[in-house]
Amino acid sequence: MAHVRLEGITKAFGGHTAVSGLDLEIEDGQFFVLLGPTGAGKTTTLRLIAGLERPDSGIIYLDHQNVNGWSPAQRDVALVLQQFSLYPRYTVRENLEFPLKSPARRWTRSQIAARVARVAAIVRVEHLLDRKTDRLSGGEMQRVSIGRAIVRQPRIFLMDEPLSNLDAKLREALRAELKDLKSKLGATFLFVTHDQIEAMSMGDRIAVLHAGRIAQVGTPYEMYNEPSDVFVAGFVGTPTMNLLNAEISDGTALAIAGRFEFRLDGAARARFAGANGPVTVGVRAEDIRIGPDEAIEAVAHGVENQGVEKIVTLRISDCLLRATVPAANPIAIEDRVRFSFVEERLHGFDATTGLNLRRRQAIIPGRTLP
Amino acid sequence: MANINLSDIEKYFGENYVVRKLNLQIHDSEFVVLLGPSGCGKTTTLRAIAGLEEIDSGDILIDGKAVQNLRAADRDIAFVFQFFALYPHLTAYDNIAFPLRASGQSRSVIDTRVRKVARAIGIEQLLNRKPSALSGGDMQRVAIGRALVRRPKAMLMDEPIGALDAKMRESMRTELKRLHFENGSTTIYVTHDQVEAMSLADRIAVMDEGVLQQVGTPTEVYRRPKNLFVAQFIGSPVMNVLPGRVQAEDGRIKLFLADAAEGFDFAGPVPPQFTGTEDGLMIGVRPEAVQVARDERAGYIPIEAHLIEPLGAYDIVDLKLGSQFLRARTASGFVAGPGQTIWAHVEESQTHFFSSQSGSALEVPGN
Repeated sequence: MAHVRLEGITKAFGGHTAVSGLDLEIEDGQFFVLLGPTGAGKTTTLRLIAGLERPDSGIIYLDHQNVNGWSPAQRDVALVLQQFSLYPRYTVRENLEFPLKSPARRWTRSQIAARVARVAAIVRVEHLLDRKTDRLSGGEMQRVSIGRAIVRQPRIFLMDEPLSNLDAKLREALRAELKDLKSKLGATFLFVTHDQIEAMSMGDRIAVLHAGRIAQVGTPYEMYNEPSDVFVAGFVGTPTMNLLNAEISDGTALAIAGRFEFRLDGAARARFAGANGPVTVGVRAEDIRIGPDEAIEAVAHGVENQGVEKIVTLRISDCLLRATVPAANPIAIEDRVRFSFVEERLHGFDATTGLNLRRRQAIIPGRTLP
Repeated sequence: MANINLSDIEKYFGENYVVRKLNLQIHDSEFVVLLGPSGCGKTTTLRAIAGLEEIDSGDILIDGKAVQNLRAADRDIAFVFQFFALYPHLTAYDNIAFPLRASGQSRSVIDTRVRKVARAIGIEQLLNRKPSALSGGDMQRVAIGRALVRRPKAMLMDEPIGALDAKMRESMRTELKRLHFENGSTTIYVTHDQVEAMSLADRIAVMDEGVLQQVGTPTEVYRRPKNLFVAQFIGSPVMNVLPGRVQAEDGRIKLFLADAAEGFDFAGPVPPQFTGTEDGLMIGVRPEAVQVARDERAGYIPIEAHLIEPLGAYDIVDLKLGSQFLRARTASGFVAGPGQTIWAHVEESQTHFFSSQSGSALEVPGN
């Protein structure tokens, strides 16, 4: 259990600034996800909190204490990495016991046995306790790694892409297990990933990192429905949000690439905060309606069956937009179709800064507005 | 353009089969995806067709002609790998032109064909760049261009977009499918990613442990999986599969899943051999086939929500069914939080029955 706060953290490696002026607060008992592409500074942030790196400037607080000078052991964090670092010649039981047998911690034999049994049940490896770890599957190994991290009740769990090497089905199962684990333990988790589905499905809160800075902090719902800039809009959600350059005048938007016009009525107008001139319009695939009576004509450039639904790529002149339709829709490549936008779900971004037009006035934590 | 016919293909290392009795017919202009987990034999099969791997028995027929003893170069097939094997010192243009120059084409023919291919794959503006100045997606486009320029009888692709990031994969998927639509070359494509397979394929051949499990259109393998492996390999989130039983009560059929005390009213057909309380039945329901309601409704049973995973456009909710879970796909925000009770039902037409012994799908009348 711990509260974590980063204040103005900057860290450079040689000439490369990995994180820059980072402010971040993780509440006690929160499942907090750092999400971003490779090179965004996620792992550096995690290593700074673990005490494996020292910041060039700024302060790290654990439970309101400045821990900048503390060693990793003093900080009492547990790390789970993408590569399972288990002892291969030891059994699962021995691997789980290991953190409890450190000379720094005084546990009796029966306490150790009780803790190992409890943790083995939580991560569902009871039937594997006497097996050597080199005889486990990838998913089992990662469950043991997580078990080894939780066995000694650290202040915070730091996890760096722990699911990335696993296959899709296993990732899905472990996602739910980790989320369940958090609610059982009530512990604080910091989880690093580049996979927005992991972030969305597990995070109580998500911070999107981009080039060493925080683009947005919020709940999964906020990330998806109120992205603060085009980067977050394009990074969160699959299929990727459609982003098109448009020009607004008198409540009508003209999409530049495809040269098609659409009205911004009532609800949509508010979402563009009365902007005039060039903007970037964001629209999610599920917010495009397709039907014979819709306003704009397009050609089906591509159709992808995804089982539960189909993704249709619409072509309007040289502009491509992705839309989702039910799987039963018989739409085929090169069919003529009509579509319109669900106006109250459109997103408007400043054409130069990329910031959400509705957020221009708002203060976004950790970010200086241009 | 080519028909490719694989007949009783086998490949083994010592005692272990890599590919076992594989029969597959690929029609002219068809896009077939070999799908399966790592080690399932899909890449070996692809390399055998290309002539990069020898097979131990069986026939590989291209347009009716056995080619298993021909060299790779004589099979007139193009291969695209996961890792773009481009010449680093040559421009994109020269990389694409390379196979044509090697076969002694005239300069004007080469120029026409390179530019035509470049237009098709959208890299006309990048032709003068060297690979080091290209993004991953563009490098893979060049590699595909180089494969296409020879106008081979067939295109073989081994995880060609597997190394790209998620966003790039999404747009490359659309492009690859479009490319196939436009030039119609027979294509065999290997991947472990079911989303790619579903999106691209005319037909999917699902493999596991060297054995072909099912061949069908994306709709067929998704809606009518032949066994538990296919059922759970295709689709995301994964299909719920729970032990179950079918029981007649007061002239109505009830479906009991896991060790839940209450059963779902079930109006659809059930496998004839399972109308009692026998063991041995596994029941599969995709998350979108779990119907939910906030209030009590006839035929629905009350279930407590255990976990909610918001995925943006929709949520995945784990519903507590005895000691196990049933995952449902719901509208975003439909369930407010863990612990809330909602009413659920399984859609009859999307309920699958499997034998727990063999894992095979059981036939139900009228389906």
